[in-house]
Amino acid sequence: MLGLDRKDTRLLIFVVLLALCAPFLLNPFPTESAMAQFNAGYPDLMQRFAIYGIFAIGFNILFGLTGYLSFGHAAFLGVGSYSTVWMFKLLSYNIVPGIILSVIVAGLFALLIGFISLRRSGIYFSILTLAFAQMSFALAYSVLTPITNGETGLQVYTDDPQYLQSVGSPNVPNLFGIVMRDTYTLDVGAWSFDFNNGYYFCAILMLIAFYLSIRIYRSPFGLMLRAVKSNQQRMNYTGLSTRPYTLAAFVISGMYAGLAGGLLASMDPLAGAERMQWTASGEVVLMTILGGVGTLIGPILGAGFIKYFENIFSKINDATLHSWFGFLPEGLENAVVWILEHFVGAGWHLTLGLLFMLVVIFLPGGLVEGGQKLAAFVTRRGSDKKDKTSGSTEPAE
Amino acid sequence: MSILEVKNVSKNFGGLKALSNVNLSVVENTVHAIIGPNGAGKSTLLNCFVGKLIPDTGSVMFDGQSVLGRHPFEINQMGISRVFQTPEIFGDLTVIENMLIPIFAKRDGSFRMHALETVANEAEIIEQAEQVLEEMNMADKLHMHSAALSRGDKRRLEIGMCLSQEPRLLLLDEPTAGMARADTNNTIDLLKRIKDERDITIAIIEHDMHVVFSLAERITVLAQGTPLVEDTPENIKIHPKVREAYLGESV
Ligand SMILES: Nc1ncnc2c1ncn2[C@@H]1O[C@H](COP(=O)(O)OP(=O)(O)OP(=O)(O)O)[C@@H](O)[C@H]1O
Ligand SMILES: [Mg+2]
Repeated sequence: MLGLDRKDTRLLIFVVLLALCAPFLLNPFPTESAMAQFNAGYPDLMQRFAIYGIFAIGFNILFGLTGYLSFGHAAFLGVGSYSTVWMFKLLSYNIVPGIILSVIVAGLFALLIGFISLRRSGIYFSILTLAFAQMSFALAYSVLTPITNGETGLQVYTDDPQYLQSVGSPNVPNLFGIVMRDTYTLDVGAWSFDFNNGYYFCAILMLIAFYLSIRIYRSPFGLMLRAVKSNQQRMNYTGLSTRPYTLAAFVISGMYAGLAGGLLASMDPLAGAERMQWTASGEVVLMTILGGVGTLIGPILGAGFIKYFENIFSKINDATLHSWFGFLPEGLENAVVWILEHFVGAGWHLTLGLLFMLVVIFLPGGLVEGGQKLAAFVTRRGSDKKDKTSGSTEPAE
Repeated sequence: MSILEVKNVSKNFGGLKALSNVNLSVVENTVHAIIGPNGAGKSTLLNCFVGKLIPDTGSVMFDGQSVLGRHPFEINQMGISRVFQTPEIFGDLTVIENMLIPIFAKRDGSFRMHALETVANEAEIIEQAEQVLEEMNMADKLHMHSAALSRGDKRRLEIGMCLSQEPRLLLLDEPTAGMARADTNNTIDLLKRIKDERDITIAIIEHDMHVVFSLAERITVLAQGTPLVEDTPENIKIHPKVREAYLGESV
């Protein structure tokens, strides 16, 4: 279907179902129950799942296929956000022009940075991209303040021209009148589920981005990118010029990042320079590695995993911990809470670090490898009962 | 007619004269062997043919065109393929994927943005790749990870990858080094077949005299960066200078 083989089609359908049913899947606990704090089905978080999914899928096209590890991809995300907000300021709150511009501008910016950085490989390439991103970050705060509005961040003011904003159309980001922040809440008994326009818009773009990435993986171009990662020397002596291939991959992944940045601004019409900071670049690296470098679905899982835990762990505070461990004797309770409070709230990065270490040490292939091992385990147990069939797993998805 | 014309090539590495005034002419559709002791400059000479090194002086002409100053991928596109002393293959990819890449390179040139085509739909190219692997006796290993192949198979895969491009000049740097006797004989048979069945010129570096005398029509002996003699195998075998300098009393 759609030029995919059966296995890839199944994977795509699986991701489509995940994305469409996310409001149900992410809100499994009744609203009033103690477990409700583990629900993730609210609009803002679901939007970020989809947006960072796009960011990581694109990053993986560069890092997963060619092995070039960029530490500056947040710069493209930031550029995308600025482009979109500028379209809001100049044209209207319709998100289409902004999103198109964000992809184009990020692509051009990636062409420039890639052209220079790809003269080196390995750690030198990583350092160059990091340097460019940090320079962009610094420029956004200083020289470029007229474009970026410096520390305040770029936003839409009432005296902005908005030449195409018609009288009747909503005064917030919208898609031809469909307001991104509007949410329909469905109450079923003790449960409630949020269906947010913005989320579905992001999810559809994420699915398109995912589909395109599968096509790229299965194309001769994708094969060449994997060849770059494997042996550049052999490539050169086989009549292939590696530079245009790596540059194309760099620009494509920059465009994905620009799209993600444009969507962030379309959900919340703000753009700040902190979006370009190295921590943001590092985050997408973590997402990709956690999910599974070079796998198709890994980046989506990694992005969801990190965004979920960021939200849940940073929400938990002392009071929550005390209520959980209230059954313990007072002294013990205080001791346990004292230890755990370093891992939650603002300290959630500590938890992330630990999780990351565990995954890298025990599952070098990321969450996807974990899933494959689990699946292999289950099918082995299942097939043992009937017959011994060959249980080899494919090292792809 | 000579397809490769090397004139007065010299190459120094710092103070080391790796090549000095090398003249060499490889005749089209022949097998030309380059032999010589370790460190004689054989690999360095090949490096000058494929754009890995640029000689300090002299010229290297392939089919009437200079190769000097061109990128390796351009030289390959002109029709020269090279097998390395230590196998250079795509270790992360499967055997069949390894074989597809040179065929795509031959068809599509040094770069093509075929991002929305599908490898699995390229029936013609896949068939070609399978044919070459068949010829290399590797048809049963199509979906193996190439890093997991035996040394002999890696070498055969690399030879196959080069052959699949139908090069006019094939450069082989010690294709049987580290192979067991049986594997070496297989490789000799393979190369003989290639030479009989195709319009191809082969330049081969080899230490194994059995391989050299089974295949070569001309032999150049290189010692300390200079050609000592160039002659037919029969004459090389009995050449006093060669026996003294290189072959010793083993022949
Ligand atoms: N890139 C380099 N830098 C410095 N010295 C080099 C370089 N490449 C080769 N040499 C030196 O040049 C000389 C010739 O090396 P080369 O590899 O061409 O020999 P060879 O005839 O292929 O030997 P072998 O039979 O061992 O492969 C050697 O002394 C080697 O150490
Ligand atoms: Mg050598």
